[in-house]
Amino acid sequence: MSVLVYTENWDGKFKKLSFELVSYAYGVASMIDTDVVAVSIGDVDDGELEKLGNYGAKKVISVNKEELKGLDSQAYAAVISEIAGREEAAVLVLSNNNTGKAVAPRLSVKLNAGVGAGVSKLPSSTDPFTVYKRVYSGNAYANIVIKSDIKILTLEQNSFEVNETGGNAEIEQMDYDLDESLVKTEIRDVSKQTGKLLLTDAEIVVSGGRGMKSPDNWQPLVELAELLGGATACSRPVSDEGWRPHEEHTGQTGKIIAPNLYIAVGISGATQHIAGVSSSKCIVAVNNDKDAPVFESAKYGIVGDAMKVLPGLIEAVKNTRTS
Amino acid sequence: MKILVCISNVPDTTTKIKFTGDNELDTTGIQWVINPWDELSLTRALELKDSNPGLIESVTVAHAGPASSEPTIRKALAIGADSAIRVNAEPLDAFFVAAQLEKVITEENFDIVLCGIESSDFNGSTVGGMLAEFLGYPSVSAVSGINIENEDIVIKREIDGGSELVSVPVPFVAIVQKGIAIEPRIAAMRGIMMARKKPIKVVEPADVNALTEVSSYEMPPEKEACKFIDPDNPEELIDILQNKEKLI
Ligand SMILES: Cc1cc2nc3c(=O)[nH]c(=O)nc-3n(C[C@H](O)[C@H](O)[C@H](O)COP(=O)(O)OP(=O)(O)OC[C@H]3O[C@@H](n4cnc5c(N)ncnc54)[C@H](O)[C@@H]3O)c2cc1C
Ligand SMILES: Nc1ncnc2c1ncn2[C@@H]1O[C@H](COP(=O)(O)O)[C@@H](O)[C@H]1O
Repeated sequence: MSVLVYTENWDGKFKKLSFELVSYAYGVASMIDTDVVAVSIGDVDDGELEKLGNYGAKKVISVNKEELKGLDSQAYAAVISEIAGREEAAVLVLSNNNTGKAVAPRLSVKLNAGVGAGVSKLPSSTDPFTVYKRVYSGNAYANIVIKSDIKILTLEQNSFEVNETGGNAEIEQMDYDLDESLVKTEIRDVSKQTGKLLLTDAEIVVSGGRGMKSPDNWQPLVELAELLGGATACSRPVSDEGWRPHEEHTGQTGKIIAPNLYIAVGISGATQHIAGVSSSKCIVAVNNDKDAPVFESAKYGIVGDAMKVLPGLIEAVKNTRTS
Repeated sequence: MKILVCISNVPDTTTKIKFTGDNELDTTGIQWVINPWDELSLTRALELKDSNPGLIESVTVAHAGPASSEPTIRKALAIGADSAIRVNAEPLDAFFVAAQLEKVITEENFDIVLCGIESSDFNGSTVGGMLAEFLGYPSVSAVSGINIENEDIVIKREIDGGSELVSVPVPFVAIVQKGIAIEPRIAAMRGIMMARKKPIKVVEPADVNALTEVSSYEMPPEKEACKFIDPDNPEELIDILQNKEKLI
């Protein structure tokens, strides 16, 4: 038996998300008294693979094939399900990010395994196997029982504490015999920004809404985000108007994020917006209307004009850095 | 080519969610709508049909749900879908729904199957991928655009930090998200009139077991009231975030 975790890589590297996943898998494995096996697909060197041991992976199986360079969910699911069979996986753990959402449902059908999608905590019980997840876009939570023999869990990003076990992993380079006819996705063109902090990875996010008044007013918001080492985001009307790029749109119909700190400036706090940020650990709202609904979701609030409050916050952060 | 749009029937996101007892949604006062993503994928499917006459023969919607979801299906017909299929079953879980949709699709041979990235009720993000696997079709996830030029279908998908243009052979499943269409098409009076005459084919469900079930619902944890900070004292907020919350 094992808990199998799929650890995606980004240009051959793992990131915090990967270590969260392995830590979570280790937590589940401890509950059912078994070990964690990690699966990596792509060109990742041994030094990088070994890192997973530090978070609780006992073994890391690496499959590196030219044909699997781009994500083809059908082929990826074939690889992972075969390894799940070989390792007698009782539970599979994937991220609830784009890749996990593409692959986990296919594994479900291949392995006849029920999915607990978007979990943020360890199972509350393993018999019956019960997980807790947000439903109705954050307006409620549900305890869901997975009845199948094999279970699949997809973990929300930034929801589980990374935990170093100090262990070492055995590395296996698997010579996987891929059925190439499964790879049907042809990648024709890629456009990608490198080096920029991804909104979904950011631990601090400063976000602006229509209350920012004009696309020309964003400089202090961007400056505050940069000072804090965070990323910038926005509400839907702001991206619809073209004030900010679409990648920044957060909410039910945009990105769903869970940073440690979310600072909402000039955002009214419509349910559809809050649906995308309600899992943030701490929400701070700046709004000139003391009755704005955003304050119902915020832990800290400032009632004031964004254009006056932002420079004040920037000054205050700078002062803490120099003192 | 024939396009199928899978639609789920969900409470409007602004309606207050309540439960009766532990595990039953209180449906009083709920406004049911087409899941926002499905409304957008239907919009895109209709745009593709309009701009590729001859190539796209029809746009059908499919829904697994009881007769009470027919108003939502009618709405899709009013927006412009040519026909609809309803699997007459309570949607027990994603696996069950995907298995039902598989049956519908293998019987009618659709070339392009569109699913949304998530239903706003269970936020599962799983039906589309499961369906593709049941069918043995390739699928593309995180789809933010579909274009057809000279019969060549090009799909845009989002990746971390950017996007890719990809293609897969038909038949395929595309799992769509933001970008697929900007504003949903709305039903015009004529569409509403015509929808009354369009066929909804009702099929009986296949015998499939659900793999998951809800044992109970909970409301979100109570939140403390917001602590307001004097706008003339931003230092206080920064001090709290740094020293008390230890976030910066
Ligand atoms: C199906 C559906 C899906 C949706 N999905 C999303 C989504 O994913 N994300 C999203 O964001 N929205 C979404 N929306 C839209 C959502 O309902 C709101 O319309 C939107 O979030 C409002 O954006 P806003 O807060 O920036 O603007 P507004 O609602 O216009 O709010 C502006 C706020 O700024 C404040 N303000 C004004 N001037 C100042 C000033 N000088 N200083 C400080 N504050 C000021 C105002 O008091 C107000 O609270 C969706 C809607 C629907 C129907
Ligand atoms: N009962 C249903 N009938 C038809 N399609 C559905 C149903 N439930 C979900 N879907 C489709 O699957 C997508 C994702 O839903 P989910 O996996 O439940 O988050 C939706 O956007 C629909 O396209």
